[in-house]
Amino acid sequence: MKITIKKSDYDRIYEHALKERPDEACGLIAGVDREDGVREIQKVYLLTNIDHTNEHFSIDPKEQLASIKDMRANGLSPLGNWHSHPESPSRPSEEDKRLANDSKASYLILSLQEEGNPVLNAFHVEGEQGARTVRKEELIVIEEE
Amino acid sequence: MNITVAGTKKEVADGLTVSALIELEQVETPQYVTVSVNEEFIGSDTFDAHVLKEGDEVEFLYFMGGGAR
Repeated sequence: MKITIKKSDYDRIYEHALKERPDEACGLIAGVDREDGVREIQKVYLLTNIDHTNEHFSIDPKEQLASIKDMRANGLSPLGNWHSHPESPSRPSEEDKRLANDSKASYLILSLQEEGNPVLNAFHVEGEQGARTVRKEELIVIEEE
Repeated sequence: MNITVAGTKKEVADGLTVSALIELEQVETPQYVTVSVNEEFIGSDTFDAHVLKEGDEVEFLYFMGGGAR
């Protein structure tokens, strides 16, 4: 699957992740699944990691609920979530896979491992616990005029 | 009675519990779902006992979390 994100939204995620370091940062993504098969992120949500650590994240459920209502009010669909890996690569950890419970979601991971060289990838996770399969999605950052 | 589920108005049987609604809505992997009723989160241990009432607004949220290791 192809998934697109606006450069401005990418920048917001990156800046938020830098601000939250050394903790992991997290949030939601929303938009539309277009008829041509492209998943288009139209809005990102910068939410609170209630774990406040550099090794785990849990999205604040109250903020998650408020975000879902905002998506609905704006005609957007929930597409998945994003989180940062402050000190590790941009790929799902075992815990990420274990907790990826929505097979329709896209999971974006922003690695800050290399200073000044952030890496953002998108993944799709499916299958039963213990037998999860991960597929990398084609993430395209859209430069705006 | 009429309730709202994930933003959609629905007519359901009187006395419906949260557990019954989860089954009715065919919620995927319900063990990982958090439920709010009228913006109040309710514990999974009360799903069987929590009886919904007219006008309730119910949301199902997947826990979203992970880790770097």
